[in-house]
Amino acid sequence: MKETVLTPVHIGLGAKMAEFAGYNMPIVYTNIQEEHHAVRKNVGVFDVSHMGEFIIRGKEALELIQLVTSNDASRLQIGQAQYSCLPNDRAGIVDDLLVYRLTEEMCSEGEHAFMLVVNASNIQKDWEWISRHNSFDTEMINISDRTGLLAVQGPNAADVLQPLTSIPLHEMKYYTFEKGVFAGVENVLVSATGYTGSGGFEIYVDNQHLMTIWEAIFKAGEHAGIVPVGLGARDTLRLEMGYCLYGNDIDDATSPLEAGLGWITKLKKDHFISVDHFRKQKEQGLEKKLVGFTVQDRRVPRHGYDIVDNDEKVIGRVTSGTLSPSLQMPIGMGYVPAEIARPGQEIHVVAGRKLLKAEIVKLPFYRETP
Amino acid sequence: METPKSLKYTKEHEWIRLTDEKNDDGKQIAYVGITDFAQSELGELVYVEVDTVGDSLDQDDVFGTVEAVKTTSDLFMPVAGTVIEFNPTLDESEGDDPGIINADPYKEGWIIKIAIEDQDQLDELMSAEDYEALVG
Repeated sequence: MKETVLTPVHIGLGAKMAEFAGYNMPIVYTNIQEEHHAVRKNVGVFDVSHMGEFIIRGKEALELIQLVTSNDASRLQIGQAQYSCLPNDRAGIVDDLLVYRLTEEMCSEGEHAFMLVVNASNIQKDWEWISRHNSFDTEMINISDRTGLLAVQGPNAADVLQPLTSIPLHEMKYYTFEKGVFAGVENVLVSATGYTGSGGFEIYVDNQHLMTIWEAIFKAGEHAGIVPVGLGARDTLRLEMGYCLYGNDIDDATSPLEAGLGWITKLKKDHFISVDHFRKQKEQGLEKKLVGFTVQDRRVPRHGYDIVDNDEKVIGRVTSGTLSPSLQMPIGMGYVPAEIARPGQEIHVVAGRKLLKAEIVKLPFYRETP
Repeated sequence: METPKSLKYTKEHEWIRLTDEKNDDGKQIAYVGITDFAQSELGELVYVEVDTVGDSLDQDDVFGTVEAVKTTSDLFMPVAGTVIEFNPTLDESEGDDPGIINADPYKEGWIIKIAIEDQDQLDELMSAEDYEALVG
């Protein structure tokens, strides 16, 4: 099993560890719900160094990215990031990812540079997929194994981190980033992004400095009650926002349009992989759609449970489910026939011998109350 | 991790504690719950559902379900018997506190009381030592 630089630290903190995407990762340190609330109300730190990072650089870097991703990377200014996905050639999804347009100080004349941030479980698959389509004057560098990533998330993240850097954190707009000195370490990429819906930053740093950054963040956040947060709460936080998790809600067989990712599938873009399939899907109408639902029961829907209609006929499948720590009710996402995919629609979820009554709701499940 | 010597265990991580009581039919009464290892693996429990009170169940039959934040797990009968009581602390109609299982899995966190149908099946269960070896 692979480790991040911080795996021994997590074990030392008493985290419950488990294998995730080949890495020994912290699932929970104390209690999933406490860690969840810490991010919603205060600030928490995730070690997500297992995530993959590729640098795409060259004269035709943009052309390669435009071909393999569904969003329109030509709209990215230097210092901006974009959520996107890699479609396969059958209208499914190879992976979802972030595309960063990097500064060009390391580039020669006419070159562009991007960083792609991909799911840990898909690093190899994505690398091979993009490489296969790289017939461009463009270099790809896989920096996954030497790049650490901490997500510092929550409403107090900027306050806690600001003393560590001259990057003006409070002024940073969502989905922008800056490189700078952070906790005395040079060349740290600080990104105003995250997977929790509670604001905060994602901090990319060379592995050799990851421990320094981790320790500095906890020292700086001590007075505020900063806590480490495991992958358990990462899942409840993202699910309350209705964010997709690759392997659960989206995969090689789901279309981004079905998954509600039409907003990152730019059908007006000239060409990208599977665009013709997507245009056809849009024209003919979708068969199924990913929806969020709440359950009127104490039982919790789980990945793989059947969704049935009033006659108990199977009409879909649950892709993610949990008890929502913020709402204190069971929530889930799943695919249902497009014609019933509307808020207010009653559905049922099969939990073993039991039928759970559920109602389709608008996403996100949770909204911050200012 | 705690594994009391006086209890017997299943490979599905239930424990059974025999009492001196008998029901009207002369069947021995026992308490059933989940182990310290099980509660620790599941994490914070949020709901326990038992809808089998009054039912006669076979060994390994599902008598209920526990919900943790992250996962759901069925509960299995260690031996054949009749479910005679659901711990009122876990009963939602009485304002349940499923966290009691995390806090005290072997005493206050018992889940059901049963009247044992087949005493011989007790011999098939694991000792504390065997169970500890199983969960490492």
